[in-house]
Amino acid sequence: MSQSRIRLERVTKRWDATTAVDGISFDVTPGQFVILLGPSGCGKSTTLRMIAGLEEASDGQIHIGERDVTRLPPGDRGLSMVFQSYALFPHLSVADNIVFGLRSRKVPKDEQRQRLAKVAGLVDLTDYLHRKPAQLSGGQRQRVALARSIISEHPICLMDEPLSNLDARLRSDMRREIKALQSRLNMTVIYVTHDQVEAMSMGDRVILMQHGKIVQDGTPDELYNRPASAFAASFIGSPAMNLLPLEAGKEGAVIVGEPHTPVAPLEAVGGQLGIRPEDIALSTTSTTGVPAMVVSDEYLGADTIAHVTVGNHNVRVRMSGKHALAGQPCRLYWARENAHLFAADGLRRDDLTPTPLPRSPHSIPRPPVVGSFQH
Amino acid sequence: MSFTNHRKMQLYGALLLLPAALLLTTFAYLPTVTTVINSLFLPGFRGAPTEFVGLENYQVLFDDPTFWQVARNNLLYALGTIPTSIALALGMALFVNGKLPGRGFVRMAYFTPTILPMIAAANIWMFFYAPQIGLFNSLLGALGIPGVNWLGDPSVALSSVIVMSVWKEAGFFMIFYLAALQSIPPELKEASDLEDTSRWSFFWRVTFPLLMPTTLFVLINSLINSVRVVDHLFILTKGGPNNATNLLLYYVYENAFSFFDRTTAATITVVILVVLAVVATLKFTILDRRTHYQ
Ligand SMILES: Nc1ncnc2c1ncn2[C@@H]1O[C@H](COP(=O)(O)OP(=O)(O)OP(=O)(O)O)[C@@H](O)[C@H]1O
Ligand SMILES: [Mg+2]
Repeated sequence: MSQSRIRLERVTKRWDATTAVDGISFDVTPGQFVILLGPSGCGKSTTLRMIAGLEEASDGQIHIGERDVTRLPPGDRGLSMVFQSYALFPHLSVADNIVFGLRSRKVPKDEQRQRLAKVAGLVDLTDYLHRKPAQLSGGQRQRVALARSIISEHPICLMDEPLSNLDARLRSDMRREIKALQSRLNMTVIYVTHDQVEAMSMGDRVILMQHGKIVQDGTPDELYNRPASAFAASFIGSPAMNLLPLEAGKEGAVIVGEPHTPVAPLEAVGGQLGIRPEDIALSTTSTTGVPAMVVSDEYLGADTIAHVTVGNHNVRVRMSGKHALAGQPCRLYWARENAHLFAADGLRRDDLTPTPLPRSPHSIPRPPVVGSFQH
Repeated sequence: MSFTNHRKMQLYGALLLLPAALLLTTFAYLPTVTTVINSLFLPGFRGAPTEFVGLENYQVLFDDPTFWQVARNNLLYALGTIPTSIALALGMALFVNGKLPGRGFVRMAYFTPTILPMIAAANIWMFFYAPQIGLFNSLLGALGIPGVNWLGDPSVALSSVIVMSVWKEAGFFMIFYLAALQSIPPELKEASDLEDTSRWSFFWRVTFPLLMPTTLFVLINSLINSVRVVDHLFILTKGGPNNATNLLLYYVYENAFSFFDRTTAATITVVILVVLAVVATLKFTILDRRTHYQ
């Protein structure tokens, strides 16, 4: 399986004035499910298309297995791709769409038929083989696109936002199906998305990009628990992590506008304190913790998001269950290990530890820790 | 209540159709009907009333060897122009659809013959074809090959007319192909590149089938054009020599306005209409069913 190892070395893509991808390097081991995550325009698709050979790298090298494929045409790289628009041939039946590549590669008819039957069963399309793409639902078209890449039996599959045209419910079903197929067929997948839920739930590894560069490369756990920068912190999690600017107070750094509670050592001044909404405990009865005022609350079913002001800042707090707290003064508490410090340039600071807050005796229950970034 | 509403809507629809219906009736349906009626009568001489003769005019027409020669010319003309101009149009469209430098200019160049008025184009070709000073014969002369009487030699004249028509039409059809090519999503090419599909194979398996609606449209248009030729014959050959380049509509024109034989003109017109109707019906019933429309 070593021919499915993918290695990028300082790969760059420039168009006249814009640098879409700026010297990125990473190494994908066989069987990994890697997510390229990032906001729109950060260069995810461009990176993927350079790996596929649909776009030529301006600089750097791409290796697949032992081969340098940087200048090879797409057909010689041994990979398949699922496009966001699916790229199905509208005039061909589902069956002909799926075996299109096998015909190009002159696979014998018998074998084509066998592989088609197998793959159609795998993606549940057996009853639709004679239809045209226009006669299928969005989810079924998605499956055809998936089948077309699976049938090629290339060890590597690239996917560019394959689920973005589907509705929310279908998307979560397809997430699980794709993940199951990938581990069953032991494919190496590079999957582009700008949806952090997809990234966290599907990826073995997430590569977060911004402005053509890699911001953080790690497991979903690492991205969630130890964001490498304020950008990574705000990109992962829903609602996003609260980022509060720090200024100098009497006994240490304090949140701007809330001078009485030191939250970090003085060295953190000028940077930001980050706390996830689900890591904050809110209490209306406690007399310790950071004083705050509830402005409004948003009831979401399983939990409630309270919008509170601390100093001059809005902070989101996530509580399980239903609470009507708007207009009430309250206190906020978080455990020291859940507070993150970021320097003025946005990078994570691990040399400092946040100041512990006095423990609050009664607080409103927080949601369980697992799965907390999913809605 | 809902009944009167329904009636109102129908009236509304009918009123919206009225202007188009009026124009079509005046300039298309009425003349067609009159032509059909004319073809069934013989004009009376010296003030005598016209005489109903049924299909006798058709009998006379079908016994006329000139008609058959003209019909045969027209068939050859259609066979010579239609496939060539379509193939050329497709080739040019594929060429200028790619990433070549200065493609705007090339597209323009291909399209120029179309925007030239037919009369102007025919005059240009008169110069190309002229026996002594013409461009083609000068070129041949420079190579030491004796010149050809392009428009005067009955065995060459029809081909010369065909070449000019192809030159004039291909650019026009190219525009339709170009528009159709640009509506094919580029991902289709990328998806097939990933499977190492050759250009040739991609063309026949994807591009060509997706262009089929355009091909049909262009086919019908070129067919209609091939029986609508009057103007270039008027400039180039006047149907000669010895009817070698005479085509159906020009023959109609001659009958009506040179020989003042309105009856024969009407009869030929009806024959043309019937042939075109048959072809259009075939198109709608057979080819449409096999064509993928997006
Ligand atoms: N063909 C091109 N010519 C010039 N610039 C381009 C081209 N393709 C992409 N770009 C630019 O490169 C940058 C990265 O584009 P890319 O498509 O990789 O973004 P992306 O991360 O996939 O975004 P999205 O999530 O919106 O798909 C963008 O700024 C884009 O404008
Ligand atoms: Mg993209």
